[in-house]
Amino acid sequence: MQWEIVIGLEVHTQLSTNTKIFSGASTAFGAEPNTQADAVSIALPGVLPVLNKGAVERAIKFGLATGSHIASRSVFARKNYFYPDLPKGYQISQFDLPVVGQGALTIQVEPLSGNAKPYEKTVRITRAHLEEDAGKSVHGDSQGMTGIDLNRAGTPLLEIVSEPDMYSAAEAVAYAKALHSLVRWIGISDGNMQEGSFRCDVNVSVRKPGAELGTRREIKNLNSFKFMQQAIDYEVQWQIDTIENGGKIHQATILFNPDTGETRAMRSKEDAHDYRYFPDPDLLPLEISAEWIEQVRATLPELPQTKQTRYVNDLGLSAYDASILTASREMAEYFETVYAAVPKDAKMCANWLIGEVNAQLKRDGLDMAQCPITAQQLGGMLQCIADNTISNSGAKEVFRTMWAEGGTADAIIEAKGLKQVSDSGAIEALVDEIIAANTDKVAEYRAGRDKLFGFFVGLAMKASKGKANPAQLNDILKKKLAG
Amino acid sequence: MSLSLADVEKVARLARLAMNEQEIQAAQTQLNSIFGLIAEMQAVDTTGIAPMSHAQDLAQRLRQDVVTETNQREAFQAIAPQVEQGLYLVPQVIE
Repeated sequence: MQWEIVIGLEVHTQLSTNTKIFSGASTAFGAEPNTQADAVSIALPGVLPVLNKGAVERAIKFGLATGSHIASRSVFARKNYFYPDLPKGYQISQFDLPVVGQGALTIQVEPLSGNAKPYEKTVRITRAHLEEDAGKSVHGDSQGMTGIDLNRAGTPLLEIVSEPDMYSAAEAVAYAKALHSLVRWIGISDGNMQEGSFRCDVNVSVRKPGAELGTRREIKNLNSFKFMQQAIDYEVQWQIDTIENGGKIHQATILFNPDTGETRAMRSKEDAHDYRYFPDPDLLPLEISAEWIEQVRATLPELPQTKQTRYVNDLGLSAYDASILTASREMAEYFETVYAAVPKDAKMCANWLIGEVNAQLKRDGLDMAQCPITAQQLGGMLQCIADNTISNSGAKEVFRTMWAEGGTADAIIEAKGLKQVSDSGAIEALVDEIIAANTDKVAEYRAGRDKLFGFFVGLAMKASKGKANPAQLNDILKKKLAG
Repeated sequence: MSLSLADVEKVARLARLAMNEQEIQAAQTQLNSIFGLIAEMQAVDTTGIAPMSHAQDLAQRLRQDVVTETNQREAFQAIAPQVEQGLYLVPQVIE
């Protein structure tokens, strides 16, 4: 029986401000417990919140980067619930008037299975609102007690809510990755998933194609793309099995256990969703002028989507190459520096980056920022390929040496004697010798055994110690063998 | 609209207020008189008037993103019922 999967995401991204959203306490990660929990963070009676301009600026940036409506007037609201990591008894959030309204994000989806081709898709963003993070609970040390660290309490979050526009785990993961890349690209969050700077809640439901939306269950707090995919796969199967066995799906909040690969419902508290939002009387409406928006717009870097279009239209790259080269800002900047060295060979730059560099980074478990070869070094090497100083196979050796030991392309080529022979006189002499020494094979070739061509190329390459310019060698061989 | 006793009990539970039957009944009367006031206000024709979200017609002032607070953990924790290794201790909460 065919089922359609429907997924929507709520992403909490911690904003990279120096201070908390409503007070001047530091947000630096990893401090001793409660040393950054000031009077506002611990909710001492009588304290008042004062909104951080840096947090609002980052929200505006996000809105601009996703073509979203930015509210000229938005309102903070209290979301009421009792939990010890939230000592006020409410979280300051936004409700009916969020700072960022409808927008969209275009993503490249790589299907997870089979030979399906990558495709492009646009996911609508419903809204994004500013709110404060809660503290952390530490279980285990003291019998019957829970420890509370309020350093994180009050850290600014931008909660980004999507429409239920994703129809597979692959699409949900692609959207989350694109969003993750975007918030880092525009510098509003460090996106560090281990430290909880980027946390995803995934709403999953299933339905028969064309039917009304099914009842959704919300998988909370996923902090890795791999877990997200596993959790969605498991949850979808669970929902389908439940319905096919005659059961019903009940709306629930669920957790994913990475150790078992299963999802399970959290014990539902009777009043858990009775948040009784109301406008926070401690905060006045937030007004954002058109002028301020324009000032922020001027600080935005060229966005990945714009770069992709430029790479395809101006540099002649494929949409797929362009999307990989803009997967992170580091990657795009690296590519552009390399490309500046060989401005006629965008495709060659793309191939080296997507092929050798990416593969080697993956093998060594590094990310782009840790790449041992600088863009200038690689650019220098590609110049040597472009001007025929080295062959492609020679370049691979230069690349390996550069990766392991550093150095410029010129120095490595010199030290290893990799300079390609492009002197046609020298190649011709070499080919003449081979033809003279293999008269029988030459006769066979001339009689129609075309396959022997490879044999001659092999001999010639060997004779030149791999240094003959392959294109030139091919031409000369063909000419001479033809007699 | 008026609140039932059950409504009052629910609101009290959400606000973590322990109330006895007498207090609940008193609260019901008081809350219902507030609802009466709201009903009167709802009756006013507000067509064309933008809703306010604050009693003062002002915009939020913003703070520069600069650290101004220092570590006062010792002072704050001096009045906490129980602390351990810098953590505030509360009765165990497990979801």
